[in-house]
Amino acid sequence: MRNMLKFQLEDVQLWYNDFKALHGVNMDIEEKEITAFIGPSGCGKSTLLKCLNRMNDLVEGCRITGKLLLDGEDINATQDVNRLRRRVGMVFQKPNPFPMSIYDNIAFGPRTHGVTSRLKLDGIVEKALRDAAIWEETKDRLKKSALSLSGGQQQRLCIARALAVEPEVLLMDEPTSALDPISTSKIEELMADLKKKYTVVIVTHNMQQATRISDKTAFFLLGELIEYGETEQVFSMPKDQRCEDYITGRFG
Amino acid sequence: MRYTLINLFYKVGSPLRQMVRRTMAFFRRLTRRIEDAVFRFFPWLAAIFTFGALLFLIGHILVNGIPYLRPSLFALKYNTENVSLLPALVTTVFMVLLSLLIAAPLGLFTAIYLVEYAKRGSRLVRLVRVTAETLSGIPSIVYGLFGSLFFVSWLGWGYSLLAGTLTLSIMILPLIMRTAEESLKAVPDTYREGSFGLGAGRLRTVFRIVLPAAAPGILAGVILAMGRIVGETAALIYTAGSVAQIPNSLLASGRTLAIHMYALSSEGLYTGQAYATAVVLLVLVVGINALSAALAKRIAKG
Amino acid sequence: MRSRFDRQLETLNTMLIEMGMQVETAIAASIEALKKQDTILAKKAIAADTEIDQQEKDIEAMCLKLLLQQQPVAKDLRLISAALKMITDMERIGDQAADIAEISIFLSQAPYVKTPEHIPQMAAATAKMVTESIDAFVKKDLELANRVIADDDVVDRLFDAVKGDLIKLMSADSSSGSQAIDLLMIAKYLERIGDHATNIAEWVVFSITGKHEDAAGSEG
Repeated sequence: MRNMLKFQLEDVQLWYNDFKALHGVNMDIEEKEITAFIGPSGCGKSTLLKCLNRMNDLVEGCRITGKLLLDGEDINATQDVNRLRRRVGMVFQKPNPFPMSIYDNIAFGPRTHGVTSRLKLDGIVEKALRDAAIWEETKDRLKKSALSLSGGQQQRLCIARALAVEPEVLLMDEPTSALDPISTSKIEELMADLKKKYTVVIVTHNMQQATRISDKTAFFLLGELIEYGETEQVFSMPKDQRCEDYITGRFG
Repeated sequence: MRYTLINLFYKVGSPLRQMVRRTMAFFRRLTRRIEDAVFRFFPWLAAIFTFGALLFLIGHILVNGIPYLRPSLFALKYNTENVSLLPALVTTVFMVLLSLLIAAPLGLFTAIYLVEYAKRGSRLVRLVRVTAETLSGIPSIVYGLFGSLFFVSWLGWGYSLLAGTLTLSIMILPLIMRTAEESLKAVPDTYREGSFGLGAGRLRTVFRIVLPAAAPGILAGVILAMGRIVGETAALIYTAGSVAQIPNSLLASGRTLAIHMYALSSEGLYTGQAYATAVVLLVLVVGINALSAALAKRIAKG
Repeated sequence: MRSRFDRQLETLNTMLIEMGMQVETAIAASIEALKKQDTILAKKAIAADTEIDQQEKDIEAMCLKLLLQQQPVAKDLRLISAALKMITDMERIGDQAADIAEISIFLSQAPYVKTPEHIPQMAAATAKMVTESIDAFVKKDLELANRVIADDDVVDRLFDAVKGDLIKLMSADSSSGSQAIDLLMIAKYLERIGDHATNIAEWVVFSITGKHEDAAGSEG
């Protein structure tokens, strides 16, 4: 069954001042799937990820050309970047909960977008924590500081926080690279559930993780998209030699 | 013949050399132990010294001042008999509040602009920073002179609360700005990223996430400024004057506690009361510090 | 970048080649023993089989270790999984060669009533298949592997021919029954060896192209 296209990228190029980080990326990302970006350090995968919710706008000297469509609309043409970031949420590499209570962390997003009713917020917080598989562990300590949680819990909290604004897409930048194996596997299981409702794009250095959870994989090298296809095919019979060399570890 | 000589050399020389080696090792250990002791002794000595000096200072003031703490010292109206410090106390409080009212918001918002909104490394940022650093290095008597020439003479306000307040505001502005800037910069960027990622705008991010996180540091800067105001003498003598009455308007003159102390001790007749004033000053300063520490802790927790 | 892994893969390759050589030795010896009724050669074939069994265990352990340690993907994964499958077939070939050798020891006690003409042909064809399938693996030769797969039909037809020969033999001379049955069994073993050689060739194809089709033409 073919899914709808969530993102369509046409000839996307990006410069950091004089340095060209992305060379004409063309790709379509399907909805309600997990797409993995892999590639060596500095290949542009995180940069491209940040384009999808315009986080690169925060970087000085950053210039983008090309078309980046979300549901058919060019995201760089619209002025309301906050609305875009509500639809396209992000989870970062190192867990970054705010120095507030767990409840306030989750409620921050909805409050930003106008929800004030205490009753509604309670409901949203509970739902978000349940969706992130961390409700049981936090329901009795919602008022405690978020910083009192362990690393793996904090990351799931950040996922819950992103889910609280009901996004359509979830971008994850190496979400488990700072976590222990048990937390990692908990989050991977979570992702398998998440893709039923959300489109997920994940940047990862861990090849095994990409094979375990993603439907499609895109391989980047020096700012170019080299290979993009079904994960099983990319990892068993890659079409490009450079991709094969990377995934078999024949170059770092 | 040679054989026995060599034999002898090894038979006697070897234990001899062992002895020498052992002695050298012993001395090496000894010197290291002496080094350790010496280096541990000096910081200890310095600590004792510092603590002792502080204790002596406070002790001396308390011993000489407390006997003179009489209710008459806190009379509402000053006269040469009671040399009341209440007017000075009230003036001090006014000074602190008014100066902070002007300088704190100004300093804070400037810092917010510099850190959160301005382009990193822009000319304006560098200019403001250099100006602030220069200003903070100027001795307070120079401020006093400026205040006297500008506010008191040129603007014609005379010795007044207003002149003193404005002079002090200019003095503490760079201090507040600098500490606020440092505190804001110390807030990790990851918080801002997280907030933007959720679709919050810059204003909301600054006021809901960054400021609360930076609050303890900013507050510390404000406390420092308060301490400076309370202790200021030179700048105020030339601007606010030294009238010993509770100022009834902004253009009225008045003396602060520090100036009151100066006046009393320079007249030579009221050394006891001068010490008593010092006691009150000390209590005030310690009180301010304690209050703000408690405040900062509460903000950091919540 | 992964020089230790590459060295281990080379070692694996070498071990597979050595096993292949042993398999060829076993078959050659057993067929010669059959032709010449030579018990010494027959014993050589049986000894080779023992060696082959040990090699299978060694290579299997090596492959499992590589899967655990290196988590291979793409062509590395295909190579290692093909190796795991090929050694099974090679080990069975060794067993069958030993079985042929054992029967030939028994048969050597009496001269042949009549040398069935198709058995030597079948033996030669089968031995060729085994040699070529191992060659295809060593040289990574896709064409050669495909030819081996096609040759299986030849061996199957020869088997039918041998059956016909032996039926004629038994109906002509009823005392030759015991020999005829032994020869039938040998022919059956040869036919099985051909199937195993075909399997090996199919796994060689898989390690190169990533597609595994069995003889029936469906994808595995």
